Amino acid sequence: MAKKLMKGCEAIGEAAIKAGARLFFGYPITPQNEIPEYLSARLPQVGGTFVQAESEVAASNMIYGAAGAGCRVFTSSSSPGISLMQEAVSYIAGAELPVVIINIMRGGPGLGSILPSQSDYMQAVKGGGHGDYRCIVLAPSTVQEAADLTQLAFDLADKYRNPVYVLGDGLIGQMMEPVEFKTEVDPKSLPDKPWATTGCKGRKRNIVNSLYLDPESLEAHNWALQEKFARMACEVRHETYNVQGHRDVLIVAYGSVARIARTAIDELRDQGIEVGLFRPETLWPYPDKALLDTVAQTGAKHVLVTELSCGQMVEDVRAIVAGRVPVEFYGRVGGMIVAPEELMAVTRRLMGLPPGPDAPVDMPKMQISFPLRGL
Amino acid sequence: MYSEIIMAGFGGQGVLLIGKLLAYAGLEAGREVTWMPAYGPEMRGGTCNCTVVLSDRKIGSPISKRPHALVALNLPSLDKFEDAVRPGGVIVINTSLVTRMPGRTDVKVVALPASAIATELGTAKATNMVALGALLGATDLANMDQVKGIIAKTFAAKPKVVASNEAALARGFEAGKSVTAKANN
Repeated sequence: MAKKLMKGCEAIGEAAIKAGARLFFGYPITPQNEIPEYLSARLPQVGGTFVQAESEVAASNMIYGAAGAGCRVFTSSSSPGISLMQEAVSYIAGAELPVVIINIMRGGPGLGSILPSQSDYMQAVKGGGHGDYRCIVLAPSTVQEAADLTQLAFDLADKYRNPVYVLGDGLIGQMMEPVEFKTEVDPKSLPDKPWATTGCKGRKRNIVNSLYLDPESLEAHNWALQEKFARMACEVRHETYNVQGHRDVLIVAYGSVARIARTAIDELRDQGIEVGLFRPETLWPYPDKALLDTVAQTGAKHVLVTELSCGQMVEDVRAIVAGRVPVEFYGRVGGMIVAPEELMAVTRRLMGLPPGPDAPVDMPKMQISFPLRGL
Repeated sequence: MYSEIIMAGFGGQGVLLIGKLLAYAGLEAGREVTWMPAYGPEMRGGTCNCTVVLSDRKIGSPISKRPHALVALNLPSLDKFEDAVRPGGVIVINTSLVTRMPGRTDVKVVALPASAIATELGTAKATNMVALGALLGATDLANMDQVKGIIAKTFAAKPKVVASNEAALARGFEAGKSVTAKANN
């Protein structure tokens, strides 16, 4: 199939259909409205069902029900809407059901703004709702990857019977890039779900539930879940760029910021400075071993984490690097986007070099923190 | 080849559309492309812009603080982006609405009354096409025939629109070409 120019949101919608999903329940919110818009037209064409729910709370409970009935189902929203869904996500994780949740992040807290942000990292990777549970979190950096990871998300959700997030931001959702859909799954060919509530005629009834009033049962359930989360560790994915050889600075970034870092790295090379990039594609499980290997392999003196947040992923990176080298942070928030020129200036500063020719003049006003040096 | 282009105007002038046409032309030429709209609240009634990046290599940032080219269909767009254009870059302005010339002397300026030309050709709606033509005339960002082919495909259901848009594109292209020729002499 030839490459098509698509918005990230549209590519995610088509990818879900190509993955065999035929049910979508959601509620509109910018900047992900192109997902429901696309699906409202496209799902009926393939015999699927699109429902605009009365709220995010309703949509998230609709996916809970549909997943319990064994359907490939998903929803999408943006930050404030995802917060409203957290109760259902906890129930879904507790009931061990496969769902895919797309979060095209926007600025927060509260209603925040409609512009790109990465400030829902903690919510996505640390649970988000109540109780001890984890969700697999996939972070695309291109429109092609948004499509590929959305397809993967459905398979991982089924494999582990667990919620899977695709965590993008307004940039990935709104930008157009060439995309091609490499595989297409016939929903009828999907593996059976013998646990699903599909009608119990001729068999013992299945029950979908997250309530365990007996403490011994609930403890056993929790340990079983933890054992499952431990098995998910093998799903780690990452990408590196320009890490062959010694690097004074290793940038760690995910999603749209990682591609901005790539531009900074290319332009720094023109100034004779070689910087490496480590980009986690899975934010949970985090590719911790690969990160440590990359730090060791490059002999990096500084790890520079950059995010569209006030510093969320940096906490995980600091825990993983555990004081081996200083982990510094540079972030922009509120819909402001990290610019390549800013990363170049921060990198030069870390290396003790004067600002480069293109350094932004308003740099000192920007959010730079170098705490926990040497931990 | 690597080029960042900002197209800006007010909502309804079709800057997002000409950005898409340029991106499609890049895709057809086998290039990596990104198209990024400014989707903030300023889209309604205010200024509107998109950034297109064309490259032979994988594209990093889809947004630009230092574009190689700017198409400004109204004055606020020129005010906002003029200083950002890289030295040696190109600025296309629609003098029907932009009431001043750019102050920059280190860029190539294509100044043409795009709205007036479009009106003369039958519809002011084609202002954006005149400007796109001017950009293509002044640069080698995309092949004219390829862009014409994409317009024909995009408006396949409306042959009249194809004809008027192609005429507008051609008029802009001549203007852009003549500035290039002058610069070479």
